[in-house]
Amino acid sequence: MLWEVELRPNGRDADRERVCDEFDLITGSVRGGDLVAWSSRGFLLEGEQLTRPDVERLAGELLADPVVESVAVSELGGRQDGRAYTVLLKPGVMDPTAESVLKAAADLNVPAAEVRTFRRYYGPDGINSLDRDTLFRKVLANDAIEQVVFGPLRADHLAIGRPYSFQLVTVPLRELDDAGLMKVSKDGTLALTVEEMRQIQAHFREQGRDPTDAELESIAQTWSEHCSHKTLKGEVEYTETIGGKTTVKRFKNLLKETVFAATVQVRKNLAAADFCVSVFADNAGVVKFDDRHHLCIKVETHNRPSAIEPYGGANTGLGGVIRDVLGTGLGGKPVCNTDVFCFARPDYPPDQLPAGVLHPRRVMNGVVAGVRDYGNRMGIPTVNGSILFDDRYLANPLVFCGTVGLIPVGMEFKAAAAGDLIVAVGGRTGRDGIHGATFSSEGLHDESEKVSGGAVQIGNAIAEKKVLDVILQARDRGLYRAITDCGAGGFSSAVGEMGAELGAVVDLDKAPLKYDGLSYTEIWISESQERMVLAVPPDQWAAFEKLAAGEGVEAAVLGTFEATGRLKLRYKGETVADLSMHFLHDGRPEIVRNAEWKSNADGQPSVGLDGVNAQDALLKILGAYSVCSKEWVIRQYDHEVQGGSVVKPLVGVRNDGPSDAAVVMPVLGSPAGFAVSNGLNPRYADLDPYSGAAAAIDEAVRNVVAVGGDPARTAILDNFCWGNVTDPAMLGALVRTAEACRDVAIAFGTPFVSGKDSLNNSFVAKDGTKISIPHTLLVSALAHVHDVSRCVTMDLKEPGNDLYVVGATNDELGGSHLHLVTGQGGGTPPAVDLAQAPKVFAAVHRAITGGLVRACHDCSEGGLAVAVAEMAFAGEIGADVTGLNDLPGAAGLSDVAKLFSESTTRFVIEAKPEHVEQLKQAFAGLPFAKIGTTVPDQRLRVAGANGEWLIWAKLPELKEAWQKPLRW
Amino acid sequence: MPTPNVLVLRAPGTNCDGEAVFAFERAGAKVERVHINALREQPHRLRDFQILVLPGGFSYGDDVAAGKILASQLQNFLADAVREFRDHEKLILGICNGFQVLLKAGLLVPPDDDGPLATLAHNTSGKFEDRWVHLAVSSTKSPFLKGMTGLYVPVAHGEGNFVCRKDWILSGLGQAGQVVLRYTDPKGNAAAGYPHTPNGSQDDIAGICDASGLVLGLMPHPERHVLPTQHPRWTREGLKQEGDGMQMFRNAVEFFG
Repeated sequence: MLWEVELRPNGRDADRERVCDEFDLITGSVRGGDLVAWSSRGFLLEGEQLTRPDVERLAGELLADPVVESVAVSELGGRQDGRAYTVLLKPGVMDPTAESVLKAAADLNVPAAEVRTFRRYYGPDGINSLDRDTLFRKVLANDAIEQVVFGPLRADHLAIGRPYSFQLVTVPLRELDDAGLMKVSKDGTLALTVEEMRQIQAHFREQGRDPTDAELESIAQTWSEHCSHKTLKGEVEYTETIGGKTTVKRFKNLLKETVFAATVQVRKNLAAADFCVSVFADNAGVVKFDDRHHLCIKVETHNRPSAIEPYGGANTGLGGVIRDVLGTGLGGKPVCNTDVFCFARPDYPPDQLPAGVLHPRRVMNGVVAGVRDYGNRMGIPTVNGSILFDDRYLANPLVFCGTVGLIPVGMEFKAAAAGDLIVAVGGRTGRDGIHGATFSSEGLHDESEKVSGGAVQIGNAIAEKKVLDVILQARDRGLYRAITDCGAGGFSSAVGEMGAELGAVVDLDKAPLKYDGLSYTEIWISESQERMVLAVPPDQWAAFEKLAAGEGVEAAVLGTFEATGRLKLRYKGETVADLSMHFLHDGRPEIVRNAEWKSNADGQPSVGLDGVNAQDALLKILGAYSVCSKEWVIRQYDHEVQGGSVVKPLVGVRNDGPSDAAVVMPVLGSPAGFAVSNGLNPRYADLDPYSGAAAAIDEAVRNVVAVGGDPARTAILDNFCWGNVTDPAMLGALVRTAEACRDVAIAFGTPFVSGKDSLNNSFVAKDGTKISIPHTLLVSALAHVHDVSRCVTMDLKEPGNDLYVVGATNDELGGSHLHLVTGQGGGTPPAVDLAQAPKVFAAVHRAITGGLVRACHDCSEGGLAVAVAEMAFAGEIGADVTGLNDLPGAAGLSDVAKLFSESTTRFVIEAKPEHVEQLKQAFAGLPFAKIGTTVPDQRLRVAGANGEWLIWAKLPELKEAWQKPLRW
Repeated sequence: MPTPNVLVLRAPGTNCDGEAVFAFERAGAKVERVHINALREQPHRLRDFQILVLPGGFSYGDDVAAGKILASQLQNFLADAVREFRDHEKLILGICNGFQVLLKAGLLVPPDDDGPLATLAHNTSGKFEDRWVHLAVSSTKSPFLKGMTGLYVPVAHGEGNFVCRKDWILSGLGQAGQVVLRYTDPKGNAAAGYPHTPNGSQDDIAGICDASGLVLGLMPHPERHVLPTQHPRWTREGLKQEGDGMQMFRNAVEFFG
C-alpha cells in the first residue's frame, strides 16, 4: 500500500513566506502572495503490510508535532486537490530525512519499505502559464534535482532500480582516426584531448586488445584536469612583455617551478625552524602544532555543481573537504571550517539574466544554506570566510570550502601494504555524481543546467558524521594502515591513488548499493558522497567491522591491495579491467601550452580625485557588497561548536564588528592555538596578476598577524580559479600569478603547504556571449599562536589611547574600492615591498605578544579610512585622526589618496599612551607614525592637510551604512 | 570532593559531546561517552552513573523535527531505565538538542490525553542563529542553577522557540517553578524581544526543569562558556577566572557531595 502523510503548520506558514518572497525577488513584482495560498510538507510511505492504523501511529508518534502542526493521512492520490503543486526529489537523489524515517519506523515496528519526502504548495485556480513556469522552474523547485507534480500524486511504487544483467563492454578504438577518437571522448563525457586519446590508443594497440569501458573511464578520471592538474603541472612556454621588452621562459612543470619551489626554498631557509610536516603529498598539507599534535589544512573549490544546484553543490563541497582532512595521514579530526564565496551582485537585474543561469541571490542563499546545514550538522565551527561580489561571477560562482584538522604526532603518514583489505566505509553507492571529475574540467554552457544533473548531488551530513566518529576511534585503535576519501572519480580515484605504488584487485559486486541496476563501471566511477576507502590488515577486519556496526555504519571489503603493479577489476568473478598502474598514473602525454602576458598597467599617478568627497566615498565603500557586514551569513553558521573559539568572526562591544581572522584553541584548556584567514584581490589582478597575487598573500598573512598569529610560523595555501586557459593571455595571467606566489612566499618565509585549481570557469550563452571570471587567486593562511591569551581584536577599546599606522602608504588606487564606487579605472595596483613587509609583520607580532597593542586592524579594501571607521564603530569609541601629514611614505599624496589608497602591509594600531616609547623601539627603522587619538564621543573625524575636517561622521551612521546592504 | 559518574549519551549527529565532557571533567566528574546503540543493548548500565547528559548536536540529522527520533528511541527502548534513574534522585541535563530530545520524550512535561503540552518549534526569525544571550535564573528549583542569578552564554540553534499548547500550561509551568531560565536584555530586563530572545520563545523561556527539579533542559550552551577565552569580548573586558557556565557543572558535581 502507498500512503501519504501531509503536515500543515497551524500558525505561521514560514515556507509560504519564503517562496512568495523569492518569487517577488526574481520577478521584481509583489504578486508572490497571490500565487501561493499555503504550504505543507509530508511523507510518502510504501509497504506491502502497511495499514492505515500503522501510518496514523507513525504520524502521531514520530512525524507530526501536534503542538504546531495538523496532520492528514490518506491513500496516495486519494485526496483530490487540483490546486496542489507537490515538489519531490527526483528518484535517486539523496533524501536523508527519508532514510532516517525508514529506520525510525522500523524501531516502532511500522512495516514501511520505502519513504520519500515532499513539499507542497497550494495556489488559486488558473495561474497563467508564465507565472507557473517561473514558480516551478525558478522558485518552488530546482529541476536539477527536483520535480513538480501538479494535482494529485499517482505512483505504483516508490522503489527505484531494476535488476542488472552483466555484460562486458569494450570500446573499439584501435582502428579509429582522430575524429573517431574525439567522438568517443565527447560521447562518454570523458574530457580527454586528442593527444590523450592517441596515447590510450597506442597503449592498447601494444596490448593487442581494445579497452573496456571501465578501463577507459579509469584513465579519464585519473587524467582529468580535476584529478591530475595537467595544466598547472604541465609544460608552458611563457612570453612576457613589460614596457616594450619581451622575454620568453619555458616551464617544464609550472607548479613545481613556482609554488612548490617556493616551499622547498622556504623550508631550506628555515632549517631547524622548519615547521612543515607533509606538503603537497597528501589530501591536505600538514604542519607542526605542539608536542602531541600536528595541524592539517585543505581548501577546495566546488564551483560547477554550485552553479547548477547551489545548496547541494556547497553542501557536498564542504563534505568533500572535510573528508580530505579525515583522509590525511591516518586521519585528521576537523576543528574548523573556512568558506569563501564569489558571486555576482545580489540585486542583479533579473531580466538581464542569461538563460540557464540562476539568479545570484538565489545562488547565494543556496550556497550559504548548504554550508550552514553541512557544517553545523558535522559539528565543525565555520570560523572564517569572506564573500566577494563581482558581476563576472554571474554564471560561474566560486565556492571555496576549507577545513583545518588535528592529527596526533606519529599519525601523519600512511601506506597500504600488500595483503591489506580494501574496505569501503560509509554511504552506499548510487548513480549520483557520475562524471563529476570530468564535468568539472569543462566549461559551462546554457544547457549545463539540463545535461549535468547527474553530476549534482545533495550531501548527508549525518552519514559523514557517523563515518567520522568511527574513523577516529579506529585510528586510535590502529585498525587500519591507510585511508583516503572518495572524492571526484569515486572508488576509481581512491583505490587508484592508494594502490598506485602497489596494485589492487577489486570485486565491484561487493560494493553496497543504494538500489539495483548499476553497471560495474557506474559502481567504479560513482561519486556518491560520504564514503571513505581504508587499507585494513586482515587480522584487524573483525574488530573494525564490529566497531562500525556498533555505530550503525556500513563497511564492506571490496578487494585486496597486492604487489602486482596492476589495477584489476572484477564483477562476479569476471575480469572487467586490467590496467598497468604505471600507465594509469604516468602515461598521460605532456602537452606544451602557450602563455602570454602584456603589461597594461598605465603606472600613472591617480587623477580625478579632486571632486571626491571623502565622507561620501567612505559611506559608499562601507556599503559596497564586498566590504559590508556579512553578519546575516556568519550567524547562520555555528562558529563556536567544539568550544575552541578564541577570536570570533564577529567582535567588538556588540559582537558585530569584522574580525581580521579567527583564532581557535583546538585542544581545550591548552594555551596554544592557531589563526586562520584568507586574502583575494581579483580587482588588482585585472590590472596586474602579479600585484593581485602578491596582495592576496599579503592580505592573508597580515590578517593572521593582526590577531596575534606568528608570521614565522605561518603556512599558506593557494586556490587558482581561472577562465579558459587554452587562451594564451588567460594562461599568461596564471603564470604571472604563479611567479608572484613563488617570490612572495620566499620573501615572507611562508611555505605553501597545499593547493588546488579550478580552470575553465567560463560561460557561453545562447547568443555566443562569453563571460569569464576574473583571475581569482584565493590565499588562505594558517598561523601558529603560542598563547591565545595574548591575542587582540580590531575594535577600539578605550578613549584616550593613541592611534598609529604601521606600513607605507603609496599612490596605489588601481583596482581600489574608491575607484569602484567612483566609477574609475586604471591606476597603479598595490605592490608588496618584499624586503620590508616581513620586517613589518615581525614587528607587529612582537608588539602584540609584548602586550603593547589594544586593538589592531589591517588596511584592505577602502584603505585607512575604512579601517579606522570599522575599528571605531565596532568598539563604539570615537577617533580623531589629525596626523595624515605624518602618514609614512605618503609625502606628496592628496588627502583622498592617503585615506583610500590600498597599499599593502599596513596596520592601524591602538595603544595606551604610556607605551609610546616601547612602540617606537619596536618599530624603529620601519614606517610608523601616530595619526590620531581615541575619544569618548561617538564620532569619527579626519583632518586634511590644511586642517579642515574631511570626515566628520557619527559612528551609528557609519555602522548603518556598513550593516544595511546584507541585513536580510 | 565528590566525583560522580557522568554518562554523556551519543547518537548519530551528536556533536557537542566533547565540550560537555570537558566541562564536567573540569568540574571534577568522571565522564564516559556512551552510544545510544550500546545503551539500548544494556539499559542497566545507566545504574553505574549519577548524571545523564544529552549534549547538543543534530541527533539523526534533526530529520522529521529536532531531537524527535532520539526522543522516540528513549521512549521506546529506555523509558524504564531513565525513569528509574530519575527516581533515584539522580540528575539529567539536556542542552540544546538534548533539551529538544527531553521535551519531545515527555521527560520534562509529561503529555496529557490530548498529546504533548509543549514543543520547541522553528525560530520565529526563520533561521539557525549563533549569538550570545543573557539569561536570568528565574526559579530555585533546579540544583544545576543553585546560587546563580544569571549567566552569559551562546545559543546556536534553528528550533528553540518554546511553545505551549495552551496558555494555562505556560502559566502553570511558571507557577510550579519549572521555568528556570529566561532570556533578558544585557541589563537584565525581561521581555526584551529579538534578538535578546533569539528564537521567539513564549515568555522568553530558555530552559525548564521537570516537576522534581532533577531534569533540566535548556537551549543555550553553558558548556561553551567555561573557559575565559570563550567570552566574545575578553579582549576588551579582560580575562575572568572562568566562564559563566562553569558554575552549573560544579553545582551538578557538588549535588552528590
